Formats: sequence, C-alpha cells, structure tokens
Amino acid sequence: MRNLWQGRRIPLSWLLLSRQPVRLLVALAGISFAGILMFMQLGFRDGLFDASVTVHRLFDADLVLISPRSASSIRMAGFPRRRLVQTLADPAVEGVSPVHWGLMLWRNPETRLNRAILALGFNPDDPFFVDPSLSQKTESLKQKGRILFDQLSRPEFGPIADWYREGRTVETEIAGNRIRVEGLVSLGTSFGADGNLLTSTETFLDLAPQKPPGSIEVGLIRLRPDSDPQQVVERLQSRLPDDVKVLTKQGFIEFEKNYWKSGTSIGFIFTLGAAMGFVVGCVIVYQVLYTDVSDHLPEYATLMAMGHRLSDLLGVVMREGFYLAVMGYVPAYLAGQGLYWFVRDATSLPVGMNATRALTVGGMILVMCMLSALLAMRRLVDADPAEIF
Amino acid sequence: MPAVEIESLSHAFGQGEMLRTVLQNISLKIEPGEVVLLTGPSGCGKTTLLTLIGALRTVQQGTVSVLGERLDRAGRRRRQQVRRRIGMIFQGHNLLRCLTAEQNVQMGADLLPDLGYRARRDEARHWLRSVGLEDQMGKLPHDLSGGQKQRVAIARALAAHPRLLLADEPTAALDGATGREVVELLRRLAREQDCAVLIVTHDPRILDVADRLLRMEDGALLPSVE
Repeated sequence: MRNLWQGRRIPLSWLLLSRQPVRLLVALAGISFAGILMFMQLGFRDGLFDASVTVHRLFDADLVLISPRSASSIRMAGFPRRRLVQTLADPAVEGVSPVHWGLMLWRNPETRLNRAILALGFNPDDPFFVDPSLSQKTESLKQKGRILFDQLSRPEFGPIADWYREGRTVETEIAGNRIRVEGLVSLGTSFGADGNLLTSTETFLDLAPQKPPGSIEVGLIRLRPDSDPQQVVERLQSRLPDDVKVLTKQGFIEFEKNYWKSGTSIGFIFTLGAAMGFVVGCVIVYQVLYTDVSDHLPEYATLMAMGHRLSDLLGVVMREGFYLAVMGYVPAYLAGQGLYWFVRDATSLPVGMNATRALTVGGMILVMCMLSALLAMRRLVDADPAEIF
Repeated sequence: MPAVEIESLSHAFGQGEMLRTVLQNISLKIEPGEVVLLTGPSGCGKTTLLTLIGALRTVQQGTVSVLGERLDRAGRRRRQQVRRRIGMIFQGHNLLRCLTAEQNVQMGADLLPDLGYRARRDEARHWLRSVGLEDQMGKLPHDLSGGQKQRVAIARALAAHPRLLLADEPTAALDGATGREVVELLRRLAREQDCAVLIVTHDPRILDVADRLLRMEDGALLPSVE
C-alpha cells in the first residue's frame, strides 16, 4: 500500500479535465443527460410491466393453475374446475380457491357508453387476498349483484368513485344485468385493462352466462408452510392432464410480463429509447475526449519525446473516460430519483429506482465513456514525437 | 565511451521520384560533458539530425550510437528507453498547459526509476531552484514569462538525470539578453552533471558558449574551424 502511494504520479488525467471547467461541465451535462434518458426509458418500461401485474399480485397463493391456452390477463382461457379439486390430493396442498377472470362491458352510468373492464370473480368466503383490508370488504359481495370498483380505473368508466364517496347509490349495467358498487379498491390500470372490478363467483357467472359451467380461468393453491413450491409444481404438473398449467405465483407474474415484453412491441420501444440515450452519450463523450486529445497532441508528443511510454498516455485518456463516467453518473442518478418521484406523483405508475437499474445504467455509462476513450485514443497514435521539433 | 558517435549517416524523405536526401554521409562524435553547437541555414537538415540522435526517428543508413546504444538497430521500444536518458528542450517550451511549473518538472522526474513520489517531487523542486524559479513553482505556464518558461523546460529536461541534452533553437522565442542567460544556465547545469549538450541554433549571439562549433550545409557537415 505504501509503495503504491509512493509510486503515484501527477494526476494528469484529472488535471486535464479540471483545468478546463467549461469543457468538463459540458461533458458532464452530456453524460448525465444520456444517463437520465436511460433511467427514464428503463424506468417507464419496468414501471409499465409492473403495472400490468398489480392484479396478479393481489392473491396470496403459492401456486396458480391456468389453462395452457391462456395468453395474457386479457385473454384468459378456461379449464375444468375439477383439476383444482384434484390438486387437493397432494399432501403439500393446504387449500384451493377458484377465480373467474375475464373482460366485461361496463356501461358508464353517466354517458351510457360501454367499455371493456377486467372483472375478477372469487369466493367471498375464502378470498385469498394478500391485503387483509381487501378481505374485509369482500364480506359485502356475498349479496348478489354487488361489486367492488377500482377507483384508479380510467375516467371513461364514469365518476364512480366520486359518486360513491358522496354517498350516492351507484348502479349501472353489465351485459344487461344491474349491478351496484359496494365499495372502492385501489389497483391501477395496465396495458390490457383500463379498469378493474372485483365480485363474487356467483355474480360473475350471472354477468357472463355464456361461460361453460364448471370452467374457471385461474385456480389458486395454498401450500403447507414447509413445502417447496418448485417441487410441488413439478409433481402436480406430472399428475394432472395437459389441459392445465401449474405455475408458482412468481411464474404467474412472469407469464404476464413476458407476454407484454415479447408478445408486443412495448419492451422493444423503451429499450430502443434507452439505446438512443446510450448512443447520444457515446457521441458526446467521444467528441469531448477527441477534442481534448487533439488540443493536447503537441503536449502528448512532448511527453513521448521525453521517454514516456505510449501505453502510459493511453492510460491517461482511459482514466479521463473513467472520471467522466463517475462524475457524470452521480447527477444522473439523483435526477433519475427526482424524475421517478415526479412520475409516480403524476401518473400513479409504479416507477422507482432499484439496484438492478441503478447498476445497469451505471454500467452503460461506464461502457459509454470507456468506448469513447478507446476511440479517442486512436488520435493519440497520430502524435509523432519527431514532428515537434 | 562518447555520448554520441555517428558514422556515415545518410537520411532521405519521400520515395521514388520524390526522394529528397536531407543528410549525407555525416560522421561526428560528442564526448561526455562537451557542449556542441550546430548551426547552418534553415532546411540544411539540422533538425533531422537532432531527431535521429534523439531516437525519435528510425535510422535509414549508417550507424548511430547514443549513450552506448546502437540506434540503427533499435526498435520502437528500445528507442523509447534510450529517450528516457536524453533530455530535450524545444523551440517552443512545450510545457503542459494544465500543469504547474513544479508538476511540469515532475513529469521529467517521473521518468526516474525506483523513486518514491516525494523523492521525485523534491527532485523537481531542486531543479526549479537551480534555474532560479523557487518563487514560481505553483504557477501555470500561462502566468510565466517566455524566459521563465524556457527555464522550466530546462529544469524538466535535467530532472530525469540525462547524460545527453538536445536543444532545438532554445532561444528562438526569447529576446537577446534572456536567450543568452538561458543558454549560459543550460551550459552551467549540464557541466555540473557532466552531461553532453548539443544545441541547434542560428542565433549568432550564443555561439561563444560552445566548446565546439559544427556547421552544416545541404545535409553535410563542413570541416570544423577550431
């Protein structure tokens, strides 16, 4: 350690940067801008994907049964309810609960226009919800024709939440059946659903009479605490026929996210946006370093004439790139935090900083600066010490 | 062992039709501690000769030995190592603009092997004192006068303990009195170090500083007039 300290040199890279404060600020502004762009695009992408699974996260289940023909939350196919009951034969299964899941046409009570809303029908006696306050509200659903309305639904469904809070009786129609709003919940919209409603199995079936009897879309399974979910998944999958798919809760969430990531162009668009930020940043850093090297070419040539190694000088440029990356990342990170807060506040989209994204963007900025430094170094090779006399 | 020994050195630029010979059959010898001045009209090949001795160019024809090293057989890496033992002073001072006087001199001292940071810094300060700039150590080149800058350059060249010092028109950017002063200083310090000096110049006011005077014309050395 002592030797390392004693072996240190004049911090040439740092001095090259810091003695030209204006150029340094321009470079840092450029890098931060690129970083913020990447934070924004990746944040929106992940935020939208997270929003698409708010409904999936509602249930406190260890395993989930779905039909292999289901593509996503907006196209859920049915499977025989028998399959869910069959899982009870497994010693690890503690309890099961069926859920009906589908889009319905909601009539806006104000404008009388119809709009598709995501409806979930479950057993109000055994609701399997993560949030205990939600479980209490389901009590009221035992009466037929009652629903819980998601107050974060888009305004096109009507001023349901306002009316409800004013104490009015809010009633409207779904597929010709009269229903009454019995309470409000906060779930949030996603790509697929502009709004959500929760109701009992019984009401759900009344609203969707065309559904084949004995068919459900989602089966929730709760396991005994000491069991390994992954093992049970494999065991159940091998015992049950091919008309059901067994997933862990995480697998169920991934199933939905994957649909939006790979089945649509949304992931691609936001990733492209982040890539643009990366390219813009590369161009800016390259410009700054290239000009810097060009401006100091006679000085570099002098150092080479004095006997300094070319590799030492390449190291100087490399370190310049590294310092730029570190100094540019800090404001980008802080601005990213601020913007996430702002977006959360304005759109209620679950956008937030997480370690993975902070590291990803940090890594991208580092790669960006190092790549630019590498390109700018080619200019250094032009420094011919014989030309300086 | 002489500091520089050159035997029938020739050098040309360009190729084919455009081939232009700049140095023709040059032989010379510089002993350690000797101060030699090289003069001649511009374009006569002085600077090319200097870059060849300074291990900055590949030798085409003839033999060049500098500080016991055969440059005509040396590759890029070898030449870079020889350069570490040669001090160079340029027409413009060629100081690094972003470094203070002290840091500039330390860039020279940094070439010394196996020396701790503090020792190298003390070395730099020692040489700045020797050139009479102890009060200007923290200044950037921008804030120094022409003569002061050239003195920093001398300190930087000497800080690496060279056995040979090459100077290309060191007085070109200076007025007469300052130029004279700088060259006197250069000679005195080189003498103390027993370091050979080769100065290329066409400043007639400094010719008497030399132990020996070499004249060049059209790429050839004229017979010396002792």
